[in-house]
Amino acid sequence: MSLRRPAKDQPESFEFNASSLEAANVIVAKYPEGKQQSAVMALLYIAQKQNNNWIPLAAMKYIAKFLDMPYIKVYEVATFYTMYNLAPVGKYFVQVCTTTPCMIRGANKLVDACKEKISENESELSNDKSCSWMEVECLGACVNAPMMQINDDYYEDLDKQKTLDILDKILNGETPKPGSYRGRVNNEPENNRKTLMDLKNA
Amino acid sequence: MLKDQDRIFQNLYNDKGSDISSSQERGDWVNTKEITNKGRDWIINEIKESQLRGRGGAGFPTGLKWSFAPKEVGSRPHYLVINGDESEPGTCKDRDILRFEPHKLIEGCLIASYAVQAHVCYIYIRGEYFVDGQKLQAAIDEAYEKKLLGKNAAGTGWDLDIYIHYGAGAYICGEETALLESIEGRKGQPRLKPPFPALIGLYGCPTIINNVETIAVVPTILRRGGKWFASLGREKNTGTKIFCISGNVNTPCNVEEEMNIPLKELIEVHAGGVIGGWDNLQAVIPGGSSMPLIPKEKCETLTMDFDSLMAEKSGLGTAGIVVINKDQDIIKCMARIARFYKHESCGQCTPCREGSGWMWRMLERMAKGDATKDEVDMLGDVTNQIAGHTICAFGEGSSWPVQGLLRHFKKEIEKRNNLDPIVQKKNNIPYLVDQHLLDKKNA
Repeated sequence: MSLRRPAKDQPESFEFNASSLEAANVIVAKYPEGKQQSAVMALLYIAQKQNNNWIPLAAMKYIAKFLDMPYIKVYEVATFYTMYNLAPVGKYFVQVCTTTPCMIRGANKLVDACKEKISENESELSNDKSCSWMEVECLGACVNAPMMQINDDYYEDLDKQKTLDILDKILNGETPKPGSYRGRVNNEPENNRKTLMDLKNA
Repeated sequence: MLKDQDRIFQNLYNDKGSDISSSQERGDWVNTKEITNKGRDWIINEIKESQLRGRGGAGFPTGLKWSFAPKEVGSRPHYLVINGDESEPGTCKDRDILRFEPHKLIEGCLIASYAVQAHVCYIYIRGEYFVDGQKLQAAIDEAYEKKLLGKNAAGTGWDLDIYIHYGAGAYICGEETALLESIEGRKGQPRLKPPFPALIGLYGCPTIINNVETIAVVPTILRRGGKWFASLGREKNTGTKIFCISGNVNTPCNVEEEMNIPLKELIEVHAGGVIGGWDNLQAVIPGGSSMPLIPKEKCETLTMDFDSLMAEKSGLGTAGIVVINKDQDIIKCMARIARFYKHESCGQCTPCREGSGWMWRMLERMAKGDATKDEVDMLGDVTNQIAGHTICAFGEGSSWPVQGLLRHFKKEIEKRNNLDPIVQKKNNIPYLVDQHLLDKKNA
């Protein structure tokens, strides 16, 4: 299990803004009547997006009221799933996969790059408070290892220099192009493709 | 090598685009109505005849699973749930289906929903695949627009709505009952079985749960016939499978190949060989991190299917092949996998919650050479205390890789760890149970 604690400094209140409210209502409608609790995961995610990538306790209380369910049930969900950030992580949240398939292709060099550019320790905000990084478990892009995720996007086939370049960009407030950084097409074997050849050049 | 025309996922590398018109050119949605007109029994029988086994890891026969759904819809509606919570280290096949072949999946959902009499289908996608999920959502919207979903979907007379439900970073939600808990808006902690989801599943209603790849191959099987699918591979291990080859190979890739293909062919032909040459190979994890590793000697002749890997005391799992060469420290690799399981245990059953941490901490010390002689056997004991003593298969999944390491690399561990037992030498090494107090990092 992973141990997760909410941040000490919590805002007083939280409310969905108009666009979040609209998105939330669309989600609740996906589930059968009386089963609105199913929407809790998606609503937490919406709250996280609205609130600079993290979920304050006030948002959990708000969602509990919104879905007519006990606060503790929302708290349970928010602390169980690791994608909900319970403390500020900055505008750019960098997650480096270090599970074995990435590890054996040099994911620790990506971690070094993050330590150099962002902060010495993981889950620690950078000097300008815009960014933080974290080691995470398998992100499911093992054939593109080593890789990392920044907010929603995957950055694949990296090495230390490429990671440093990407981090420089985000620290300047730019959003680098997601995808492979060795120029390969999706998950095909690089320069070694032997299948579906007639489609390749069609 | 499998002939190109026998590959189901023609757009695996996105040569053609994933939108509906190019999907239709590849044959999706062409005669969906004719397929469903042949009736439920025909569909289920054809799937049974194809001997399709679930692609999510356990390899349960799909046709059989569908036939467990109640024949008549009672007071409770039926549900179809698609498991796209792909989180097994080494596996990244469903992601490519979601983003490049979404219409195969959606059409499969319609046919499967018809076969098990479900009017609502939830597709559970891991939260990290948000961008890929958006691509699937775009394809679903497209299908609604063309009247391939919704009321009288694709002219079949069957009503179907498909919704995407995103996970939020919990590996355990790939377990089917934990996935249902998660859709119901709770912590993803597995349920006791029985009752099985086919009778009491989502919201207490009959629910059939299938992997993304399983459902995505269904339309092609029904078009080309169960016999065609069964003619590929070998008896009980039929058809094609997307293999993900990662780790120390020259060209890591996803590739669709026939079942029962030799492992060496996959690595040498598609993945461009092991880095440093075949002789530099140390071990291979054949089916995602929870399957025991296979040492090099056996890799020469090994073929990749459910039963042949079972005979080697491993398993095909999700067919995520992780190649580890001799430049890597095998104990360190397994310690990292143990850390993964320690992090992902849901915490419901004590043997798994505590034991996964023990295994990780012991392996970390063994990698450094800080363990005593007797601990090697103790580690084996710990794995046996976990496997089989938990509600779900996570217990097996976390202890099998460690058992595999002990089975094939015990000498390596013993060579590195020859301290005398702590009781005798009073080495300042914290004993098992206290050690968590020292683990500030990643606790």
